[in-house]
Amino acid sequence: MITCVDINIKQGEFTLTDVNFKVNKGSYMVLMGKTGCGKTTIMESICGLRKIKSGAIWLNGKEITTLMPAKREIGYVPQDGALFKNMTIAENIGFALRLRKWSKQDIKERVAQLASDLGITYLLKREAHDLSGGERQRVALARALSFYPDVLCLDEPLSALDEHTKDDMLDLLKTLKKNLNITILHVTHSKDEAIKLADHVLKFEDGHVKELMPTEL
Amino acid sequence: MMGVVASTYIILILAMMLADLSYTTTGHILEALQSKEIQYAIKLSLITCTITMVLSVLVAIPLGYFMARFEFRFKKVIDAVLDIPIVLPPLVIGLSLLILFQTAPGQFIESHVRITYTVYSVIIAQFMVACAFAVRTMYVTFIQINNRQEQVALTLGCNQRQSFFYILLPQAKNGILTAASLAWARALGEFGPILIFSGATRMRTEVLPTTVFLEMSVGNIEAAVAVSLIMILSGFAVLLIVRLFGDKNTAL
Repeated sequence: MITCVDINIKQGEFTLTDVNFKVNKGSYMVLMGKTGCGKTTIMESICGLRKIKSGAIWLNGKEITTLMPAKREIGYVPQDGALFKNMTIAENIGFALRLRKWSKQDIKERVAQLASDLGITYLLKREAHDLSGGERQRVALARALSFYPDVLCLDEPLSALDEHTKDDMLDLLKTLKKNLNITILHVTHSKDEAIKLADHVLKFEDGHVKELMPTEL
Repeated sequence: MMGVVASTYIILILAMMLADLSYTTTGHILEALQSKEIQYAIKLSLITCTITMVLSVLVAIPLGYFMARFEFRFKKVIDAVLDIPIVLPPLVIGLSLLILFQTAPGQFIESHVRITYTVYSVIIAQFMVACAFAVRTMYVTFIQINNRQEQVALTLGCNQRQSFFYILLPQAKNGILTAASLAWARALGEFGPILIFSGATRMRTEVLPTTVFLEMSVGNIEAAVAVSLIMILSGFAVLLIVRLFGDKNTAL
């Protein structure tokens, strides 16, 4: 469970005041709003990549407001995937496990399993460049899921994809939601994605947030 | 019309090289290479340039990283300070170094290790200029690599140090090579600061540009041209390395 209490963020001209919300374990929360409304900023704060001015962030009953990103155990998929260009796809997916000193054999098995779950086994030996948008997102997802995180943060995962690929990814995300008992935060400006995926929607408007059901959109 | 103007400059560059080549003969070059003084100058140039290159890269990597990745107060001021060695006349750098080692802290160092007019001063004079170019190159290299990858690495379990060594540095490989070649080439051509800060003593602080200057001043133009050609060739070699690897880096 993620709890955000009275979060204030100031970043140049942009401010976000008194943001309060809660995401239950295993629930799928879509963060929605116009470009520049602060939805990505909140997600980065939860991941520990951005400092907040005041407030507190709790994860499973533990305060993580000032904890290093590495200690939060949150999987993060940025918009463009941001695959490590100096590694193969298999090395990308296994990176977090290498840091956790898993044995070579265990890493290989975990990577193979993730790759088959996400339909990217054929990519494993390739280098990170010259992948299509959909392939990049799948690899980034596999990498973020590799270390069994409690929370998965997706920053506009479908926005750069063509219609056909987008439908495939929507199905994939639905499957993940059903099969893994993981809390998912998903940033988007698309109402369609919210209706298809969300259990709850957090709507960002004029520096404030409002919690809605997908049916209320 | 524009074509004529543009090509004039290129023709001039090539004409200079050709003139050097036609002025000298292999005999002159061999003769120059047999001179004890010139052999010493070649050796000193190679050694000092290489040390300067290593030092420059060692300083440029952390400095370029901090400038590219962190926001801090007075960053613009520090950015401007880093350009001083590039815009300052080389003679002024030499004079400033000479004066620096006349101050109390400078004298304290001199009382332990003699710097002025020694080989150490050659390296310091080269380093002051060459390092500025290496820092610029590393700054641009790091800023061209999106920091998203490092941020993802942090969420995957890296600390800052690991994300630097595992993610950023391997991708800056070509930039490092470019910075090193530039620093080496700058150091090889450095003359003004060395003349003032290290003097032009044969068999002691004589590097290749000093040789050109000394041979010219006694009217031995053939030897001066022969030594110049040695420098032109090594300059070309460096340019070739930068072009081969540097372009790949910007294309990434």
